[in-house]
Amino acid sequence: MTTMPPDMPNAVEMRNIVLRFPGVLANDHVDFTLKRGEIHALLGENGAGKSTLMNILAGLYKPNSGSITINGEQVNLNSPRDAIARGIGMVHQHFMLVPTHTVTENILLGLRQPRFFMNLPRYDRHVQALQEQFGLKVDPTAKIWQLSVGEQQRVEILKTLYRGAQIVILDEPTAVLAPHEIEDLMHTMRSMVAQGKSIVFISHKLNEVTAVADRLSVLRKGRVTADGISLAGVTKEMLAELMVGRKVIFQVEKKVQPPGELVLKVEKVSALNNKGLPALKEISLHVRQGEILGIAGIAGNGQSELAEVITGLRPCQGRILIQDEDVANQSPKRSISQGAAHIPEDRTGVGSAPHMDITGNLMMKNFDQQPISHGWRIDFASARNQATRLKGTYDIQAPSIHTAAAKLSGGNLQKVILAREISGGPRLIIAMQPTRGLDVGAIESIQKLLLEQRSNQAAILLISEELDELLELSDRVAVIYEGRIVGEVDPQGADINSIGLMMTGAQGAKT
Amino acid sequence: MKLPFRVEIEQRTRDIPKWMPFVTSLSAVILAFIISGIILAVIGGNPFQVYAYFFTAAFGSWGALSDVIVKATPLLLIGLGCGLAFKMKLWNIGAEGQFYIGAFCASLVVLVPLVPLETTPKFLVLLLMGLLGMIGGAIYGLIPGILKAKFNVSEIITTLMLNYIAVNWNNYWIFGKFSDAGFQMTPTFDKVAWLPRLSDLAKQYRVFSGITLHLGVVFGLVAAIIIWLIVRYSRWGYEINLIGDNPRAARYAGINITRNIVLVFMVSGALAGLAGMSEVTGVVHRLQERISTNYGFSGVIVAWLAKLNPFATILVSFLFGALIVAGREIQPSGLSFFIQGTILFLVISSDVLLRYRIRILRQTRETA
Repeated sequence: MTTMPPDMPNAVEMRNIVLRFPGVLANDHVDFTLKRGEIHALLGENGAGKSTLMNILAGLYKPNSGSITINGEQVNLNSPRDAIARGIGMVHQHFMLVPTHTVTENILLGLRQPRFFMNLPRYDRHVQALQEQFGLKVDPTAKIWQLSVGEQQRVEILKTLYRGAQIVILDEPTAVLAPHEIEDLMHTMRSMVAQGKSIVFISHKLNEVTAVADRLSVLRKGRVTADGISLAGVTKEMLAELMVGRKVIFQVEKKVQPPGELVLKVEKVSALNNKGLPALKEISLHVRQGEILGIAGIAGNGQSELAEVITGLRPCQGRILIQDEDVANQSPKRSISQGAAHIPEDRTGVGSAPHMDITGNLMMKNFDQQPISHGWRIDFASARNQATRLKGTYDIQAPSIHTAAAKLSGGNLQKVILAREISGGPRLIIAMQPTRGLDVGAIESIQKLLLEQRSNQAAILLISEELDELLELSDRVAVIYEGRIVGEVDPQGADINSIGLMMTGAQGAKT
Repeated sequence: MKLPFRVEIEQRTRDIPKWMPFVTSLSAVILAFIISGIILAVIGGNPFQVYAYFFTAAFGSWGALSDVIVKATPLLLIGLGCGLAFKMKLWNIGAEGQFYIGAFCASLVVLVPLVPLETTPKFLVLLLMGLLGMIGGAIYGLIPGILKAKFNVSEIITTLMLNYIAVNWNNYWIFGKFSDAGFQMTPTFDKVAWLPRLSDLAKQYRVFSGITLHLGVVFGLVAAIIIWLIVRYSRWGYEINLIGDNPRAARYAGINITRNIVLVFMVSGALAGLAGMSEVTGVVHRLQERISTNYGFSGVIVAWLAKLNPFATILVSFLFGALIVAGREIQPSGLSFFIQGTILFLVISSDVLLRYRIRILRQTRETA
């Protein structure tokens, strides 16, 4: 952090910001101050209002009341254009890039210059210069679809820098990155502040915040619970408590137990992805009773396809044995009846029906079995009983069992899915990113549920991009890279760096 | 200068009460009549007089009322079939074709004839015609169903195109094979193939003389109850609802989507086919050109206005039957289409009110 003269005004001062969404107070008189040349971490659970607050700063939302001062000047931000003109740039969680265009073309998109003739090579050089200045390596002439997620993120950052951003907002930038890419990002962030930029770093990963931030603010339920406190002497436990409002236990209790019989055996399975390209290349693995096999890897290396071939949602070559029955290329029904539960990656797109109520969503997998199925008809009384019971057991927070799935928060929707998948006593659980995007409290309860199933002798295939989670929950961790298992490690005392290298294909040795 | 109030449209966060969809739709229909009335007044008519005339034309006598129900019958059957398909987001706009093929297959019983008409009891003839009508419609629904389920061919295009094929198929047989002395119609069916009418009872009950109401309406009402039971209470109905809401979730839950697409298309087609059978046996008593006055397309509108609810379909098809009957009596005859269009437009727009609410707020100091 560079030192600034004491009379320099703050980069951003937001005072008494109030923003109401239907039924929710997203920001309740929030104050936020960003000093010049600092990395300011903004923490909070999902729905705490951090993204909302930053979207206000980026001109996407207009607050109901409150004032915003930038570099000492009070401003009215009516649109993202206003915000950009004031030197504010935001990198969103979901990238806004045109996949078929080059890096430079994407950076120039929407600008006044160049006007008609592109003269791309000239702008490629501009982009190149900017890259070198901040250590953001990416080929300016490459098309977006050719880039990794980490590189795409660099393009987004370059976009804001090219537009002259002095204040850069990064909305959960590390969620999509591999460990070494996170390192690179932190380097870039440090070099940006060294050159006078100010950064807001939204995250709910506490380790990263402590690693890179100068100061931090915490939001909980739309209110500030910590306003620009210094990171010195702040512990992970304290931060979690500020975010959640209660103590959070970080060490999940995992009892030692020997694995039982073989439940899932995947033998030399190959499959194509949605684009028709090979996604799985003769992959083999097995999971036994009471065992969690973690699959580590960067998104897009065949994890989704692996989950889908096992659950019968995707055709493949090879053999997939669940309890000694080959379920490869059978219907999803087949794998369900072999006792496989599936917690899909995409909760809203695959795991639930948005306009159906909780009752309807909870009976998705057993509506055709007794007692809910009753001859040709459905016994709705028994379906409601099931819903009421599961809502209580799994602590699903909703007004009633008739609430539509679309109205549930991410954590509660995931609880509905888990309740449905787990309550039947599955022999095999395929859990794909079960805690992604959830807040600390929900993560804790979902991890507990998975470990409970492990104690109940379920075989669990846990596919996740969260290394910490994998190492904590799994009995074995296999690393997937380009559709192959490139190595397996014992989570006890595993070296994160060597796993990280395996995830990027740089190292394939067994440890 | 600022207005002392502002209007905000915001998403509803709470569940709406059960009566709300009914009230908004009803208000939309009333509003449609008011708007049409204003336009009538602008072009120089007296809306009150016109509506009064409309009302008499449709409900003024037992004969008129019976006509309304007769017109409503095919709309009801088709509306139910389309509604079921729409539940699964299958845009079956091929009811017109399924109706024609149903009418054709049912007529074969008489035209070929498939059974000796002199000796077979009436109910058997009609039962056979009903079955063949439904089978014909179902097969005609099967074609787009299989194309959609197996090859993901857009059912909107296939069902639409199949309509023209069905109409011309019918014409071919009417002109080429079964023509009555070269006219574009077959000879009148033997009475054994006529659906019973109320006027058949005129000898015993004088009131029924001239009342053309036929048994087809009972098919419609029974179908409404069956469809309602399926959608609301059956396992199959749950599958249909789940696929309609999120097909990927349905597949993930182990539901066979391919089979369901084909089945729903067949049921939808069968109902349209039954409507065709009911029309040839209950109304025209022969196969001819233009037996449908766009019932297949009006049925789509009926299904939408009824919000895919089987019982509401009964009410809406009745209303549409009334508009058709009254429209015949009034000049310009386009008026009833205009009202239909306005109703459709407003009822569909009124859905917004179910998802959003409009609030009128006083300007407060906080916002000013």
